[in-house]
Amino acid sequence: MNWDLGISGLGRRVISGVGRLGRATLFLVRLAPALGMAAGRVRLIIQQIYMTGVLTLVIVLVSGAFVGMILALQGYNTLVRYDAQSSLGLLVALSLTRELGPVLTALLFAGRAGSALTAEIGLMKATEQLDGMEMMAVDPLPRVVAPRFWAGWIAVPLLAMIFSAVGIIGAYVVAVGDLGLDGGVFWSQMQSGVSVSNDIIGGLLKSIVFGFVVSWIAVFEGYDAKPTSEGVSRATTRTVVSSSLAILALDFIMTAFMLRGL
Amino acid sequence: MQAKGSEFAVGLFVVAGLLALAMLALKVGNIHVLSAGGTYAVTADFNDIGSLKPKAPVTVAGVRVGEVSRITVDPVTYRAVVTLDILKKYRFPRDSSASIQTAGLLGEQFVSLSPGGSRQDLKNGGKIQITQSAIILEKIISQLLYSKAGHSSGHS
Amino acid sequence: MDRPKSTEPLVAVRDLAFARDGRPIFRDLNLTVERGSVTAIMGGSGTGKTTLLSLIGGRLVPDRGTVEVAGEVVGSLSRKALFGLRRRMGMLFQSSALLTDLDVFENVAFPMREHTSLPEFLIHHLVLMKLELVGLRGARELFPAELSGGMSRRVALARAIALDPMMVMYDEPFAGLDPISMGVIVKLIRELNDALGMTSIVVTHDVVEACGIADYIYLVGDGRVIAQGTPADMQETDAPEVRQFMAGLPDGPVAFHYPAPGYLDDLLTGERP
Repeated sequence: MNWDLGISGLGRRVISGVGRLGRATLFLVRLAPALGMAAGRVRLIIQQIYMTGVLTLVIVLVSGAFVGMILALQGYNTLVRYDAQSSLGLLVALSLTRELGPVLTALLFAGRAGSALTAEIGLMKATEQLDGMEMMAVDPLPRVVAPRFWAGWIAVPLLAMIFSAVGIIGAYVVAVGDLGLDGGVFWSQMQSGVSVSNDIIGGLLKSIVFGFVVSWIAVFEGYDAKPTSEGVSRATTRTVVSSSLAILALDFIMTAFMLRGL
Repeated sequence: MQAKGSEFAVGLFVVAGLLALAMLALKVGNIHVLSAGGTYAVTADFNDIGSLKPKAPVTVAGVRVGEVSRITVDPVTYRAVVTLDILKKYRFPRDSSASIQTAGLLGEQFVSLSPGGSRQDLKNGGKIQITQSAIILEKIISQLLYSKAGHSSGHS
Repeated sequence: MDRPKSTEPLVAVRDLAFARDGRPIFRDLNLTVERGSVTAIMGGSGTGKTTLLSLIGGRLVPDRGTVEVAGEVVGSLSRKALFGLRRRMGMLFQSSALLTDLDVFENVAFPMREHTSLPEFLIHHLVLMKLELVGLRGARELFPAELSGGMSRRVALARAIALDPMMVMYDEPFAGLDPISMGVIVKLIRELNDALGMTSIVVTHDVVEACGIADYIYLVGDGRVIAQGTPADMQETDAPEVRQFMAGLPDGPVAFHYPAPGYLDDLLTGERP
């Protein structure tokens, strides 16, 4: 009796999940022409980059610095056992540019800006602002949704680059200032081991994909939210949960492809 | 409105992001090695490359002059064929030799070139004839263990 | 008072049927709105008055029948033509629907910026003129969150008339206002209608206010028009449905009790289904 219910519950969840994915895809198809239209309205996009990107900058700077410093400490502890502490710079740079920079930035962005995007659009829907726009003959997709989508998509790669750079500087400060490594070795090992085309461009590519997906999920959840305060708060939670899962899953897939591709 | 302020902030933000990318490319990565004036490729066959990997440095007298771009196996001789991308500004005689060396005891492996005396230079697609394979630590240790003391075998 | 038949009505709803989620809201609705008039559409809560405005505005498409606005069948227009028509309509939402991230000035300027390429000084003048009409020129720098319910509705009204529409639709304009704000809105609807030569459709359940400003009243219930006439007609009629609504009687044709089995039976069987 009970397991039976459990199975139907699972089935229901899977069906509704697939349904959501389908709706999100349809939404993206509808959004595509609006993205083109909004691309000309630079001012709106700039405003939204300010709201999303610049406001996430502080948390990205702080997190990046700390992650870099932690990597330096932990990496040093392991490397020193094999007398390979000269590779610390390389270890930190590869971890940050390939993985931690893009992934952590996207996660932070989803939590800070993605949820805010969803809540904002959801509230605009709940308070009839979107309906009002429709009645004023203004299509909310290019006016409201598309600039936010662009902004998120543009901001995430920039933030990821900043995260990695700040992380490496943080690691340098710890490695040279605290652990007593030679600064020249730190940089030269890094330079001999980090490839621009694979590691840095690869990381940039990841963050571009993450930016797209997080922005997509955020605006979709907001636009799709039930127009009540409860509906908006649920949508906000869903944005953070689905974005995080999507980021990690995509990261796995892309990493697998990139490592094979070498 | 505060539009001017936010535009300025966004401008700064974009500049910061691009600077970060530039730092990653120039200071962290090695874009300057390969971007300065292009490269030419030569190959070298080795009996054993140890743990040499693509992207490993190619050096002369300790100075980096290029990198390993490709490693394959010759289907006839079963030797490793290593393709080296060397910066165009460095020319080497045709009878130069290549050896695989290790940075430190357990460090990264790289290709070291020793210039020969020929008048003709190596060209794009050329081949380095004289090569010395990687020194495999385990082999040396086992040779040491099984041979008599003071008698070390020299062939590689 | 006889209705003038000489000019074509601005809005004509014919044989309209509409169902939402399988629940029929309109079955056979017919009504017309004359140019230049203030027409009130009245009815109890849940009789689909707001839905009717959405049908007129083209946000919903009827299942059967037609809605004509200014000679165009709304449900069959392309999106572009529909948006063109909407530029000539204003709508006042019950929640005002002001854009929360813009201040009062920018809210009123919004339709002008979106639909015209007027120079900045002209927009400035036009916005101040509209704000002056609703008496809120001094509040131009406030944000929607800082406005009272009555004020935000006046701002929304200024925005609705920003592009000098031929028609303004009011969704429950009197709901939830204090008596003074209510009086202000009543006065504004009538005055703006006459001064700007617009047509107004007011959806409401406030009998007194509706009778005070409307030229013509439709009473909607049960998916169709139950009664229509001038305010005087409506108050004098002895049709029981109209009398119940106009006088606010708790029981009558619209029953106090939700349909249920017999009271005694229900108590005696005492089982929850």
